[in-house]
Amino acid sequence: MTSQTYTILNPTGFHVRPIKAFVKLASEFPCKIYVTSKGKRVNGKSSLSMLTLGISQNEEVLLETEGEQEEEAQQALGRLLTEIHE
Amino acid sequence: MTTTIQGIAASPGIAIGPAYVIATERYVPPAEQADRPQEEAERFRQAVAKAAAELEQIRQATLERMGEEKAEIFEAHLLVLEDPDLIETIEEQIAGEGLKAEYALHQTAQSFVETLRGMDNELLRERAADVEDVASRIMDALRGRQGSSLASITQPCVIVADDLTPSDTAQLDLNLVQGFVTRVGSRTSHSAIMARSLGVPAVVGAGPQVMEIAAGEELIVHAGEGRILVGPDAEERARYVREREQYVARQRELARLKDEPTVTLDEHRVELAANIGSIEDMQQVLDNGAEAIGLFRTEFLYMGRASLPSEEEQYQQYKYVLEKMDGKPVVIRTLDIGGDKELPYMELPKEDNPFLGQRALRLCLARPELFRTQLRALLRASKHGQLKIMFPMIAVLSELLEAKRILQEEKERLLDEGEEVSESIEIGMMIEVPAAALGASIFAPQVDFFSIGTNDLLQYTMAADRMNEQVSYLYQPCHPTVLRLVKLVIDAAAAHGRWVGMCGEMAGDERAIPLLLGLGLHEFSMSASAILPARGQLAELSYASCQEWAQDALGLSSEQEVLDLVASRTN
Repeated sequence: MTSQTYTILNPTGFHVRPIKAFVKLASEFPCKIYVTSKGKRVNGKSSLSMLTLGISQNEEVLLETEGEQEEEAQQALGRLLTEIHE
Repeated sequence: MTTTIQGIAASPGIAIGPAYVIATERYVPPAEQADRPQEEAERFRQAVAKAAAELEQIRQATLERMGEEKAEIFEAHLLVLEDPDLIETIEEQIAGEGLKAEYALHQTAQSFVETLRGMDNELLRERAADVEDVASRIMDALRGRQGSSLASITQPCVIVADDLTPSDTAQLDLNLVQGFVTRVGSRTSHSAIMARSLGVPAVVGAGPQVMEIAAGEELIVHAGEGRILVGPDAEERARYVREREQYVARQRELARLKDEPTVTLDEHRVELAANIGSIEDMQQVLDNGAEAIGLFRTEFLYMGRASLPSEEEQYQQYKYVLEKMDGKPVVIRTLDIGGDKELPYMELPKEDNPFLGQRALRLCLARPELFRTQLRALLRASKHGQLKIMFPMIAVLSELLEAKRILQEEKERLLDEGEEVSESIEIGMMIEVPAAALGASIFAPQVDFFSIGTNDLLQYTMAADRMNEQVSYLYQPCHPTVLRLVKLVIDAAAAHGRWVGMCGEMAGDERAIPLLLGLGLHEFSMSASAILPARGQLAELSYASCQEWAQDALGLSSEQEVLDLVASRTN
């Protein structure tokens, strides 16, 4: 189990496009992936659930990975969280 | 009697034709149990597969017709079809609770739709429509029904609907559909976005009155103003037919210019660039065929927040703009704060006369840590495109040299750290202080380019705050004195083989453009929406004639005389 906090830099928040990229990449990892924002924890492989988090710019989110390849997933997905997408 | 309905302007243009009303019928399945859960699960899987195949087909068609960006909408739909939290939940309800597939689908999809609808972000609320679109596609497959009725349109018409799903919009037959009107929606609805990219006039969010329009009733949609006229008389109709013709001709002309270079009648090339304040302006820049970014005002990255933006944050933004411009020049101006732009969190001392105080580069040189962070972000981003760095508010040479020295230090530091930095970054300065304009030949050997900031240059030259109405008559960009300053700068630059741009409002002013061209300006940087009209104007001007006019204008004694001269020669 790995967990780390990231600050979202994308000016329009972490919504449709960034989530698409995130979920696509997350689905390639066998481990379980959870994203927590404002106290709500959801499946990082579900774009619909990720959308319901309504993550905005400068918000801190917690990324947890658990299982096979959890380290790689943490690294790759963590980078996506801090990138500018749109 | 003509009835007028006011809605939201979603996509400009004028549509005229009879209403084609799409009845809305939403199927709500009863809460039923399935007899054989195993078979029910299989039936659901097949419906999902059928929906996926249909979506893939629409995605392909959209890709060919509207390009990658619009096709992404259907990629998103395909992603909804694969969403574990949606699909697995439904499958569990079918297998575990023995629910009928229709009911399980309705329940689960609806709970996502409601959550998304309840969010305070408009973009996210709009995504509820995606889920509904996908769910109704699966529902149609489960019930063995064909979806949309749009395929049965055989005559020119204006579509009237409660809402259009993205898949409806993607499949519109543009030979027949003149435009559409919907009851719900906003400017950021999928249907609105797609209408803009297809160039279909559309009004959305027009409210319940829309549903009272009868099938076949004559409609005029003045989409640019969000207005719908129901049952117009012959005179009104004729007037709008003419207006539509003019609009279409104008759009065709501007669209033709989008990917063209900017050339005068006598084949003289200049560059039309865009001014931007944030990365959100980029779409407009690309849509309007800008050849460069002539001014990226970075202060907006620092404003409207509680603390300074980090190096990484700035790097990401600069990188984004450089990549979007795909190798075209991007002039980024270093922080221009002070004057009328304040940053509360920096707790800068109050000045009696902020416009003559420690603003822009003066502040950056006094607070080098602030400056260095920005320069590092810029240098790191330089590898992603053609970056040009510009310093604002320089009055004397020592300021420029100090700024360049700090830049060089940060560059060497980054190279030592193993970072990649472009070797071809041009360095320039703004000309906005009269001292810099008059002393341009002092600076020219030390820079690659000048960019004339006319808003401040005018203000300092005339000693008049243009926000002060009592003295706003002194805002005279085409005054011979101002033109002489511009000429001084361009001549000094030319003597050293440097180029000159202009990034104030004057650069996009149609009255000033012939004069600036004639004075030998290389780059005109303006708001994105002014670019195509300016390109059209320049295409009809002769550089040789404009050189003569400019020469004549320099000898006049008032702005009015200059404007009269331009008006008489261009007509």
